[in-house]
Amino acid sequence: MTEETPEKMTEATTHQSWIAKLDAYLDGELDSSQMQELDAHLRECPGCTAEALRRLQWKRTIHSVGQCYVPDPALREKIQRSISHAKPAWWQWRPAFAAAATILLLFATGRILQQAVIRPHPHPVQESQMVGELADLHVATLASANPVDVVSSDRHNVKPWFAGKIPFTFNLPELQGSQFELLGGRVSYVEQSPGAQLLFRVRKHQISVFIFQERALPAGFRRWGEIDARSFHLESWQRDGLQYFAISDVAPEDLRALSALMKQ
Amino acid sequence: MCVLEERLASLSFEQLALPLFGRLYNFAHWLTQNREEAEDLVQETYAKALKGFSSFEPGTNFKAWMFRILRNTFLNSRTGLKAATVSLDLPDDDPTLPAERATPETILIDRAGQQIVQAAIADLAVPYREVLLLCELEEMSYQEIATALAIPIGTVMSRLSRARRTLREAVQKKLQRSSP
Repeated sequence: MTEETPEKMTEATTHQSWIAKLDAYLDGELDSSQMQELDAHLRECPGCTAEALRRLQWKRTIHSVGQCYVPDPALREKIQRSISHAKPAWWQWRPAFAAAATILLLFATGRILQQAVIRPHPHPVQESQMVGELADLHVATLASANPVDVVSSDRHNVKPWFAGKIPFTFNLPELQGSQFELLGGRVSYVEQSPGAQLLFRVRKHQISVFIFQERALPAGFRRWGEIDARSFHLESWQRDGLQYFAISDVAPEDLRALSALMKQ
Repeated sequence: MCVLEERLASLSFEQLALPLFGRLYNFAHWLTQNREEAEDLVQETYAKALKGFSSFEPGTNFKAWMFRILRNTFLNSRTGLKAATVSLDLPDDDPTLPAERATPETILIDRAGQQIVQAAIADLAVPYREVLLLCELEEMSYQEIATALAIPIGTVMSRLSRARRTLREAVQKKLQRSSP
């Protein structure tokens, strides 16, 4: 039997200590200095890199296999009905916020309706309904303690997160060097159709970009161009069978700039 | 005004809770291993969440809060009570699991069919299954999992490590059995 030299034992111990950290590394649970150290080690150690890739493959397998149970749509409707007319208790202990949000909603709705009446349009009622729904979703998102379900500024994290949650995929632009920052995303619904809601920040304002399948939307929702709802600005466009809506209280120029990036 | 106030308030609950519906159902089905029980569990979870919304602290994690309600409801169900009595092979706080090395067998595991992996996950004891699914499927942080399951973060880490190891070993055994 050959005896291991102290150098070999030390090297083996070091490798064991790196490998012991791999799961936390892949789960994103190491602090930045440990992350950098392990990054540097992986660049130089083919053995640990192979082990990291093997574990990553496992994570992906479990992620893909795990999403196998699909609920009956009737159950969703039943639950939605049961909660849609209820009065949540937090309303009682957050009166100031609730009052402010109501005033905001009333103000926005009033402006939107006023605008719809002032500007002739083929589908004035549907347009105000569309803007109203999107404004509701945007305001509710901003009011939420958890505005997004995937919190990441990295488009390579946000886009894959939607896989399996919505029935389509979309492209996200590279925002480096632009004034916009991606905050994350969540699944959203319009007229019971699932879609993606992406949240961006520009200076102190936030912009929601909604993406839905064109065919899943009612006729009044399928449109393109700008709508100035005074309180909110909305820009919409269509691409590859998808309908995009960008909505925010930012200046129209900012909304146009983000829309241009999204269209690239 | 009153109607609008109520509408806004209920919209907010819907906005927070309804997007989690598919995920809660999937998790419920994994826990119960039964469609009807999973449907009952999800319905009860939403009813309890709405009723207890006043206990939700703004600024804390709503998703972890919902999953916690679902998991507690499951533990009080007949299937959950049965699952809770399963003893774990290792103490929760024992983090001293040996590190693994890649072997030809583990390469085979990586190529295992989805059905084999799915069956192996279903065979995991509930404390391991839930922690694995919250991490890999829901992509929750260790802290969020600790909040959802009301266990210390060290326990999350040791259970997760144990769950991964047990899953790999189980898949390996299933592959060996299925190979000629």
